[in-house]
Amino acid sequence: MVGGERIMVTLKELPLEDYIVSGHRMCAGCGSAIAARMALKAAGPNTIVVNATGCLEVATTIYPYTSWRVPWIHVAFENAAAVASGIEVAIKVLTRKNLMKQQPNIIAFGGDGGTFDIGIQALSGALERGHRFLYICYDNEAYMNTGIQRSSATPLGAATTTSPSGRVIPGKKEWKKDLIGIAVAHSIPYAATACISYWSDYINKVKKALNFNGPTVIHVLSPCQLGWRFDPSETIKIGRLAVQTRIFPIYEVEYGKYKLNINVTKPLPVIEYIKVQGRFRHLLEPQNSHIIKDIQENVNLQWSRLLKLCSIG
Amino acid sequence: MSKTGWRNLPIAGIIPKAGSSLEYKTGTWRAFKPVVDESKCTFCLLCWIYCPDGAVKRFNSNKKISIDYDYCKGCGICASECPVKAISMVEE
Amino acid sequence: MRVIGLTGDEAVAYAVKQCDVDVIAAYPITPQTIIVERISDFVANGEINAEYVCVESEHSALSACIGASAMGARVFTATASQGLALMHEILYIASSLRLPIVMAVVNRALSAPINIHGDHSDMMGSRDCGWIQIYTENAQEAYDITIQAFKIAENPTTSLPVTVNLDGFIISHSMERVEILDDDDVKRFLPHRSPLYRLDVENPITIGPLCFTDYYFEFKRQQAEAIEGSYKTIMNVMNEYSKVSGRNYKFIDTYGIEDAEILIICMGSTCGTARFTAKRLRERGEKVGIIKVSLYRPFPCEEVIEAIKNAEVLVVMDRAVSFGAPSGPLCSDIKNVLYDFGLKIKILNIIYGLGGRDVSQNDIEQAFKLGFKLKLGDIKDKVLWLGVRE
Repeated sequence: MVGGERIMVTLKELPLEDYIVSGHRMCAGCGSAIAARMALKAAGPNTIVVNATGCLEVATTIYPYTSWRVPWIHVAFENAAAVASGIEVAIKVLTRKNLMKQQPNIIAFGGDGGTFDIGIQALSGALERGHRFLYICYDNEAYMNTGIQRSSATPLGAATTTSPSGRVIPGKKEWKKDLIGIAVAHSIPYAATACISYWSDYINKVKKALNFNGPTVIHVLSPCQLGWRFDPSETIKIGRLAVQTRIFPIYEVEYGKYKLNINVTKPLPVIEYIKVQGRFRHLLEPQNSHIIKDIQENVNLQWSRLLKLCSIG
Repeated sequence: MSKTGWRNLPIAGIIPKAGSSLEYKTGTWRAFKPVVDESKCTFCLLCWIYCPDGAVKRFNSNKKISIDYDYCKGCGICASECPVKAISMVEE
Repeated sequence: MRVIGLTGDEAVAYAVKQCDVDVIAAYPITPQTIIVERISDFVANGEINAEYVCVESEHSALSACIGASAMGARVFTATASQGLALMHEILYIASSLRLPIVMAVVNRALSAPINIHGDHSDMMGSRDCGWIQIYTENAQEAYDITIQAFKIAENPTTSLPVTVNLDGFIISHSMERVEILDDDDVKRFLPHRSPLYRLDVENPITIGPLCFTDYYFEFKRQQAEAIEGSYKTIMNVMNEYSKVSGRNYKFIDTYGIEDAEILIICMGSTCGTARFTAKRLRERGEKVGIIKVSLYRPFPCEEVIEAIKNAEVLVVMDRAVSFGAPSGPLCSDIKNVLYDFGLKIKILNIIYGLGGRDVSQNDIEQAFKLGFKLKLGDIKDKVLWLGVRE
């Protein structure tokens, strides 16, 4: 099969079993834990997981405990895609030599630091070589594992411990990197954004991605209560606001063809998203109002560009 | 509890037992606990899918959910996402 | 058994082909390129049933090897110099995870200034990485050791990665006469790998978890035991290979040690020049000898002591610098062993051949002369740089 038709799954059809189980030490209300748990529910037990160094890796495998019920390997921070490449070719050749019968899915998980920054070269190499695997970037928009340092996925204006809001500089000065744009530039079969708050869209995208005979990328927004500074109970709400303000559009690109999956026809102003997170608190001060204006303008611009790519409007 | 010495540990730090973190109870992290009002619950399963810890248990036979307090960290996502307000957070 | 003309790089590639390798992941770098080019030819022509992954860096090369090895595949890679340095982080992980991988390191100088020629700075910079490290003297040895390396690495009690070191250009690019085993002999010598553990959906294990202060130390102790315990595996494999090939392999090789007053200890291609020179000097009645260290990690302490115990002066030749250290890396090991065995033998450390600077018979003669001078107390230096312009 070359392409995946959308296999819509309802909550009641999802397996009872978890393949990443309780007892892990991700923070209470962690969005990334939700992202991993949903992905594994979609993929099922016939899956090998490669995990880049990061929150998900450390908090789920504190020796002698592991939360994983699928074969799992962590090697280093920047090389999850390269490790996955080796696994994929090994399966190919061992199958050819009749030394292996299983044909497992391969999912590589990397945070935004392990994907946008230090892992981008290994990811690019693996995408170019065309290995059959799914790369899931769980994006919590900073290096959360090491204590909230800025990454190239951190949005403009956000305060982190290395892009603090100071007397002179009001948080991060640069826009967020376009990961899916980079992935699509490799002419891979499938790339998509998702947000944990839209479970159906995300889970079905994982299922769909695993059906392609080639590399696929899912960029899933995973709000972080600790780094974004909101109440742990609000994780899903914050993700929903990111989508409903059009700050994080939900779309997919199949063989180069863009499709908007969630059309936000009545967007909320970005301030609704900004004002509920501590990392943006300084933007509410009068001297920084122009930054909010810039963010809104950029969101409008990016949205209209996306609509064009999707041949809408 | 005395820990295993190097001679008897599995090689290379591998963990042979899948899902062994079930032996590690994270319920002690909790300050508020979710309490389910069964009379309101519609078995929509949003709390089940959005729980970061897999601490919402789902029973298809009687269409009920329950909270596994051994692992629930008390984040409150379930209460926050419940569309019929069937879950409330109660101080421990 | 037949004889063909091969460069050292080609000999390694030929061995890899005969070893029925499953996965090769490599990135080209001078002077390793011939290895990856030949293997690419073998794959392209269907002469080897393997997957060749053209990775985008050495870092990813070794990372892909780890993934493939964790699947239970037989895995090979090759690199040199900056490539090995770029792999540094992953070298330690491969050995810590106890994953068999064979890597040819075509020894080359490290930048800066950039230099493509042979010395041992690259491997010496990573000598503590937990890999078994074997140095070869010529193309024949590069061929033979590559085959043996797979059997050593994949031995279930050892289960460690192995580097096969060959000097850049001097071995890698010099055409030599190489005796090649029959394919079937290699097949019999090297059956397919049975991994200690693997990524398997029917038996899901976790590889590479986080260990805090309560367990990390134990795993390092365990790993030290693995490499120390590999002496026996290496010796068995070398003995078995000697029977198959008729060529004798040992941890160290000696010449003239029975009565030598001055012993040169060296590694790699220099050993051939040193042996040749020592023979000529012995014909003139000079009591000199040579020790070639083939197995560098784990260091063959007992064999070395046995070979040097009667010498009056040791001239240890290092083709690498350990900046700021009391002596070069090989010399530091020798001194360490001497102390442990309670022997006090005079030692001169010679740093030579950096960046591919040629080493001639004259240089070796000069090294022996310096050894005699040290014996007579005529020189005070402990480390001398041979062949460098003042």
